[in-house]
Amino acid sequence: MRLVLTEEQQALRAAVRDLLTDRAASPQVRAAMESETGIDRDLWTRLGRDLDVLGLVVPEEYGGAGAGHVERAVVQEELGRALAPTPFLGSAVLATDALLALDDEEARRELLPRLVSGELIATVAVAEPGTPWGPGATTATASGDGWTLDGTKTPVVAGDLADVLLVVATTPDGPAWFRVDAADVERTTLTTLDPTRRLAKVVLRGTPARRLESADPAGALERVADLATIALAAEQLGGLQRVLEMATDYAKVRVQFGRAIGSYQAVKHGLADVHSDWELGLSALRYAAWAADEAPDEVPVAAALVATFFGPAYFKAAEACVQYHGGIGYTWEHDAHLYYKRAKSTELLFGAPGRDRARLADRLGV
Amino acid sequence: MTAATTIATGSPPDLDAFREQARAWLREHAPAPSPVTDIEAARAFQAALYDAGFAGITWPQDVGGRGLSTAYQQAFSDEEAEYELPTYPFTIGMGMCGPTVNDLGTPEQRTRYLPRLLRGEDIWCQLFSEPGAGSDVASLQTRAVLDGDSWVVDGQKVWTTNAQWADFGALLARTDPDRPKHSGLTMFVVDMHAPGVTVRPLKDMSGRAPFNEIYFDSVRIPADAVIGEVNGGWHAAVTMLGHERVSIGSRRRPKTNPLDFTAIAALAQRLGVSGEPATRERLAELYARERVLELFNVRLRQEAAAGIAPGARGSVAKLAGSMLARLAVDTVGEIAGPEIVAWDPEDTTGAAVALGINSTPSSSIAGGTNEIQRGIIGERVLGLPKEPSVDKGVPFRELKVGTQK
Repeated sequence: MRLVLTEEQQALRAAVRDLLTDRAASPQVRAAMESETGIDRDLWTRLGRDLDVLGLVVPEEYGGAGAGHVERAVVQEELGRALAPTPFLGSAVLATDALLALDDEEARRELLPRLVSGELIATVAVAEPGTPWGPGATTATASGDGWTLDGTKTPVVAGDLADVLLVVATTPDGPAWFRVDAADVERTTLTTLDPTRRLAKVVLRGTPARRLESADPAGALERVADLATIALAAEQLGGLQRVLEMATDYAKVRVQFGRAIGSYQAVKHGLADVHSDWELGLSALRYAAWAADEAPDEVPVAAALVATFFGPAYFKAAEACVQYHGGIGYTWEHDAHLYYKRAKSTELLFGAPGRDRARLADRLGV
Repeated sequence: MTAATTIATGSPPDLDAFREQARAWLREHAPAPSPVTDIEAARAFQAALYDAGFAGITWPQDVGGRGLSTAYQQAFSDEEAEYELPTYPFTIGMGMCGPTVNDLGTPEQRTRYLPRLLRGEDIWCQLFSEPGAGSDVASLQTRAVLDGDSWVVDGQKVWTTNAQWADFGALLARTDPDRPKHSGLTMFVVDMHAPGVTVRPLKDMSGRAPFNEIYFDSVRIPADAVIGEVNGGWHAAVTMLGHERVSIGSRRRPKTNPLDFTAIAALAQRLGVSGEPATRERLAELYARERVLELFNVRLRQEAAAGIAPGARGSVAKLAGSMLARLAVDTVGEIAGPEIVAWDPEDTTGAAVALGINSTPSSSIAGGTNEIQRGIIGERVLGLPKEPSVDKGVPFRELKVGTQK
């Protein structure tokens, strides 16, 4: 396994960070968060057109960069660090991975190049209340040449922005994947714990759908879930690093009782613990991303491992960041709360810590 | 293949060939694992290891080493990890004292001590900690007073590994109490067989006695036994502690640990509780912490191979290791309950688990407490300001040190 980035991968990080420093600083993130769509379209276009980082895991024949999950994780780390307002998780992770995991050549050829360029946004609609990875109660009924879907999917990442939805529903033969046009569904933008990531409810009522070819729809779903977990962990790692930096920088300049508060062991030791989590987590994330590229057999355990580690670790770090900032950290004006909310919401988006541990136990065979 | 033939050829051996030779030699010569009880057998093994070219791999050739890069040492360590070699008595000398003598010793000291150390002819110990000087080792009180052309040493050292076998010790003593604490120390080589040196086993809370306490009662040390400069002992100590970190960092964990994920999962199975949701969650959490630390250590090794120094991040590994050990104590308790409170005298699992529980506190004390590690991470990695110090620039004799009543 390889846990150290190459020079090219480091250069990729620098390029993404430069763009985000310029285009996704706090005022821009806040403006997007309060906008109608919740994202910054211009930033999205630049990520696709200028940096070409929306198709890092997509083979070149579909317009992608033919790189891999390690590279995508580097980008996700930076997006998480900046809380960049983009539909990356929905479009460049979930939908892209689904198209690659399924066997529908026509859909790949039609959709992937447009997802890679950023002109089209897609997502996966699988979650239903109580079942983040479905298939849930949504049903698919054969209808003439195609199918119709009935049910409610929620929360759907970027569900209110997507042009195309890849929906998991139950057929008489078990779960299957369907392509649905956004114009044919009812969508509600949900009110979210985390204001920097839009989630939607999608209602399907006799919605026309095209079934996507797949030799193993359930296996594809598992692969998509694991890869999304790893991508999300990269985002968590980037956010963890940012809150550690914010709290550390502040502890160096905030003086109380005649000393910088970072000189007190109560603060210093707490930050040392957060730093340790960052170092450990970084190692685990690099491993999981490496496994996604090179060791598919190790992905189920690796994904459950990073889920188990990062949910609590990022939230603990974000909580510490608010705490060590004291009163100013509790204001709306300060960014600490944005990370706090992102950390908690991410910890729970695809499950919950106890369920993550149970999944890891399943996969370890205990 | 011997060290001599390799040195004669001049160019380093092929790394893969070296690894293959190490593997073949170990397969043939590594004894069955057992605690070191026969020190002469251990010395003979060390000599054989040296003759085969696998001791002092990175040490300079002029003192008998092979002068190879750390990649070769890593290759040997990887192969050696499959065995439990009886080299434990030599670890302090090989890992800490020897490298420090090599760095700071006079030409006479280097040629006098290092070749014998490599061959297992001399066993070394490190004499830093004292009852009154643990985390703050620079506040030590053992004194060395110049008397004619020799130094006279009085004081007490503690937590000394391998002193029961040691021929020499690297002693840190106070030579000028009128200077501030860091600048009045000197490092000496002390003959552990000299009159006035008393070594006593120190029984720890696990009931074992892997350490010693050492008493110095008017022990005479010749003037040429100073390592580095008189009153330059802190520099020598920092040099040695740097080697210690590397030495501890490269040390492999024991192959069997009664409190690791695998062992506790097997215990849960045996006790019929492995299907309980609470058990499964606890085991998953333990696995995660264990695996993540393992991956961190892999990453540090890969970075070191790529030329990125671990720096103070060794403290992260040390801290995480001790937090993992504490988590394991919690985990085994939650899973086993009363089963590990009492057991049949012949039940070795019960005894091993109890030893694991009772020896875990050492992981957050020995080699720098968790509090010290967090301080190192906070100050050296994160760059947070130090606490204001009350002892800076104050002559040692005016300081409060040790345990005050």
